[in-house]
Amino acid sequence: MLKQIEGSHAMAEAIALCRPEVICAYPITPQTHIVEGLGDLVKEGELVDCEFINVESEFAALSVAIGASAAGARAYTATASQGLLFMAEAVYNASGLGLPIVMTLGNRAIGAPINIWNDHSDAMSMRDAGWLQLFAETNQEAVDLHIQAFKLAEELSMPVMVCVDGFILTHAMERIDIPTQQQVDGYLPPYDPVQVLDPAEPASIGAMVGPEAFTEVRFLAHYKETLALKLIPEFSAEFAKTFGRETGGLLRSYRADDADMLVVAMGSVCGTIKDTIDEMREEGIRIGLVVIVAFRPFPVEALRNALAGTKDVVVVEKSIAVGIGGQLANDVGAALRNLPRPPRLHSSVAGLGGRAITRASLHRLFRQASVQPWEGTNFLDLNERVVGREIHRTRKNRRSGPTAENILRELAKSVPPAAE
Amino acid sequence: MFQVRIHGRGGQGVVTGAEMLSVAAFIEGRHAQAFPSFGSERMGAPVVAFCRIADQEIRLREPILEPDCLIVQDPTLFKVIDVFAGLRADGYLLVNTNKTFAELHIGPVAERLPKGHAVIVPATEFAMKHVGRPVPNAALLGAFAGLTQFVRLESVEHAIEQAFPGKIGAVNIAAAREAHEFVLMQQCKSAA
Repeated sequence: MLKQIEGSHAMAEAIALCRPEVICAYPITPQTHIVEGLGDLVKEGELVDCEFINVESEFAALSVAIGASAAGARAYTATASQGLLFMAEAVYNASGLGLPIVMTLGNRAIGAPINIWNDHSDAMSMRDAGWLQLFAETNQEAVDLHIQAFKLAEELSMPVMVCVDGFILTHAMERIDIPTQQQVDGYLPPYDPVQVLDPAEPASIGAMVGPEAFTEVRFLAHYKETLALKLIPEFSAEFAKTFGRETGGLLRSYRADDADMLVVAMGSVCGTIKDTIDEMREEGIRIGLVVIVAFRPFPVEALRNALAGTKDVVVVEKSIAVGIGGQLANDVGAALRNLPRPPRLHSSVAGLGGRAITRASLHRLFRQASVQPWEGTNFLDLNERVVGREIHRTRKNRRSGPTAENILRELAKSVPPAAE
Repeated sequence: MFQVRIHGRGGQGVVTGAEMLSVAAFIEGRHAQAFPSFGSERMGAPVVAFCRIADQEIRLREPILEPDCLIVQDPTLFKVIDVFAGLRADGYLLVNTNKTFAELHIGPVAERLPKGHAVIVPATEFAMKHVGRPVPNAALLGAFAGLTQFVRLESVEHAIEQAFPGKIGAVNIAAAREAHEFVLMQQCKSAA
């Protein structure tokens, strides 16, 4: 049913349709509306046979989900930013134990300095933790990915993180098709655990494993992710049959067929990039886009096929691995490595801490990549004057003070007071 | 695509206003995208919310930089931020005030817009009269329908009712109707 609805509430409705049996809730901006929405659905009796547990921290949120999942319940939680960091140990435990928990990540920057706005730093911090990580381009896709996530998680017996851009998607109200219970029930079978804590058949989960077996356990986790590379497109195709919409999959291309330049990106910025591409196509520039949906497992082969034959690849990503550059660009580079004539790779870091990524800036970036490519990592719309002054200051004074506050002071100086 | 930017202060229902406008457009079968300016929400702090309306899917996720219509819920903002940034030359301006554009020192801006595109409406007064609280958002949406004819008043009323079922919705609808009427009267006068 089509609804004009906030992204978070649409996700809450979709998650409820998946019949979770345990929901662990702890508030952190910008995912809070999702668990609030689920709380309402439980309280109103629309979501039945579900324990809605208010926990005392993010560490507890995922720990309780781990316990619930090991006991055979379909378990769900959501977090963002520092919340994900606070549960980091449990994040590794959930995947290490092979528990099919689904978690929404309302993508948000990580401090310090504290920042509540959107970027992908939080997801990137857990990219090697052994979860599947799926990125939603739209709120419709966010809804659909959650339904696919439970099916993937339970088929593979591994946890799935659905990454949704904080505020940009979670707080946007738009037209979203909410599936029916019948559709979801037809797609997602009841949870049938491969391992379960059962007093009737006692077993232990999470034994100590020494050097004799640890490599094999990790190998099998990695192997499962390669299985996911096959399952993700299968389940996406099955979803399209049931729901009549193409969402999910490993990646998808937009106006890529004859493109000299292909942009690679993840999440909601792909919409703005598509509009920019349409404008540039009008001017006769052959440019296209590859949207990465599955970041973990990383679709190396599919991406290599999608990018082979183009001249330039521009990676636009909302995260920076300080000291090396963009994580997505690194992974894209790895996918291109073995091509006989690989395209030139240009890496741009954009939208950090909620900075708007505009069509105007993207136009400039794509043009620059083609005519005047840069070395290393480009920071889109970097205020070079402010950065230069701060570098100069820190060279001059040993006790130069806190960087963030210095930058804010510098910016305040350059803004003229509003006219009377 | 028609883009609306709403300026106000925390507590004035700026975000809800943008959301209700998107619902009104949705009721008319159009695509609409409403989103807030993503600040930390505090009472009294400047708040911006956006609403895009189009006949096809809206993919754009940048803030609204060149609005077709500005709705200003709080005229004290003119002194604090550049409310008019990017306003299109053929755009609309709707200001909640019981003063004139001249008294607000924004006469030149209003005059640059096409005739009849800039109006004032005492939306807070209408809200106090009907709702009993200084929440001008519903009234301003009624005024918006009158000013731009871009959505029907009826759709705005349905949207208000969806957001606030029951009595609160009814009194907000009354405020929206009065503001709608007020704008139409003003435009009649200026056309005469």
